[in-house]
Amino acid sequence: MTAPAIAVISAGLSQPSSTRLLAGKLAEATAGQLPAGTEVITIELRDLAHDIVNALLTGFPAPALREAIEQVVSADALIAVTPLYSGSYNGLFKSFFDVLDAGALAGKPVLIAATGGTARHSLALEHAIRPLFSYLRAITVPTAVFAATEDWGAAGGTGEGLTERIERAGAELAALAGRREPPAKADPYASVTPFDQLLHGR
Amino acid sequence: MQFGIFSVGDVTTDPTNGRTPTEHERIKAMVTIARKAEDIGLDVFATGEHHNPPFVPSSPTTMLGYIAARTEKLILSTATTLITTNDPVKIAEDFAMLQHLADGRVDLMLGRGNTGPVYPWFGKDIGQGIELAIENYHLLYRLWREDVVDWEGEFRTPLQGFTATPRPLDGVPPFVWHGSIRSPEIAEQAAYYGDGFFANHIFWPTEHFVRLVDFYRQRFAHYGHGTPEQAIVGLGGQVYMRKNSQDAVREFRPYFDNAPVYGHGPSLEEFTGQTPLTVGSPQEVIDKTLTFREHFGDYQRQLFLMDHAGLPLKTVLEQLDLLGDVVPVLRRELDAVRPADVPDGPTHEARVAASVADADPAEAGEAGSELEASRR
Repeated sequence: MTAPAIAVISAGLSQPSSTRLLAGKLAEATAGQLPAGTEVITIELRDLAHDIVNALLTGFPAPALREAIEQVVSADALIAVTPLYSGSYNGLFKSFFDVLDAGALAGKPVLIAATGGTARHSLALEHAIRPLFSYLRAITVPTAVFAATEDWGAAGGTGEGLTERIERAGAELAALAGRREPPAKADPYASVTPFDQLLHGR
Repeated sequence: MQFGIFSVGDVTTDPTNGRTPTEHERIKAMVTIARKAEDIGLDVFATGEHHNPPFVPSSPTTMLGYIAARTEKLILSTATTLITTNDPVKIAEDFAMLQHLADGRVDLMLGRGNTGPVYPWFGKDIGQGIELAIENYHLLYRLWREDVVDWEGEFRTPLQGFTATPRPLDGVPPFVWHGSIRSPEIAEQAAYYGDGFFANHIFWPTEHFVRLVDFYRQRFAHYGHGTPEQAIVGLGGQVYMRKNSQDAVREFRPYFDNAPVYGHGPSLEEFTGQTPLTVGSPQEVIDKTLTFREHFGDYQRQLFLMDHAGLPLKTVLEQLDLLGDVVPVLRRELDAVRPADVPDGPTHEARVAASVADADPAEAGEAGSELEASRR
């Protein structure tokens, strides 16, 4: 088996970003469970923000966004991390998934994670972010990781609870990514019904 | 090679002065633009069909009939006629009537329409868009080729012993293009019938359409209509020109920035880099348009969008004067490289001549007769 590729999406808007930090730790935990040579591709949506809005308006992605979309779609697994805004994923995070073609993430193993000021909104992962990926027909791993500001305060950079959750979620994602067949490239032209069948004998 | 213009018929406020034309002014402007198209030597004028503001052309054959009476050579077409929500019987009648009045200077481009509410307004279900396009066109195809039609389908009242009148001029129906921006099924449909395929690639990157057109060409050959290179392809285009490139960019930018479809999105520079839009000197328009052939192969019809986004009539007419200088160069260049066995743009005269040739059974290929049999 060739080493899998993991795509990492961070929707953090500040720089430096704790969302990006969490995304990096999740990627590390996942890659640590996979063969050496596992490719980790990190996509910071902030860099693509204008392209994402433009794609919403024009209906097609500019080259940089198209490349990012192709990396996400062709990856063996996805780590998707957003800061919580107004009790849910931020608009940039949702907009990225809004510009994907229907079915682009079907069957894709996904680890969902979020950052927020306090743990008060941690269930947004379960009531907002997991349903989004259910809609996209992705396979989310059972452990979703939430990091509140205070979680970063403990000795060693992360609190014990957060580190454990990161490791567990990474292991869950690695297990799915490792055994998954590489995603078939969807080809709308390969599956066109011949016209006599479209006509149904009309 | 045929060159022309197509109009969406949008009533859009001119962003440079806040002026919005009335519907009456816009309708008359479209007629003026069509007549100008003939004056500058273009081959085709095509109008859109819409059933909601801010668009005026709800009744294309009425407008095209009027233009037919005021022009001599121009081919009158549509971009697009809604095959999903119009009654195919009415399309057969309207366009045959127009064909007679215009002495054959008529073809049409079929599309599904992209405005959701139009479907329920006309009693149709948007979820069945492809099925409607398939069934309705098959009926239209038969109404123009069979004098008496017995028909029963899913979406329309059955017909028993129905004859669509008037019969097509010289027994040759108007040429049909199928327009699509992303549905392989529509390319498949165009290929099956040996009809034209129009890729309006002006708002999207070229690579996407290369695949679509190539698919159409392969399927055209599969169904026995000729080689892939002989398939009938039309392309869109969108240009704004001034003698000096910088003047074109400066003048067009406010229209671009506020345009329906792509306004308030990418910059003019990004969009011209990513799509076929050309804003610059006539030479730049020539250079970019010539690249279309490199991507799509030899093709038969090039239509430009010239009159949208609130551009005033006066400016559009100036643009057409410039286009009148550009087109002869494009025509010369593209005609010079097109192989002899690749057909020219479809005209009524050529199709009448071909139908006479086809009537000789020795000329009909095996695949062709098989297809004819399957259509009956």
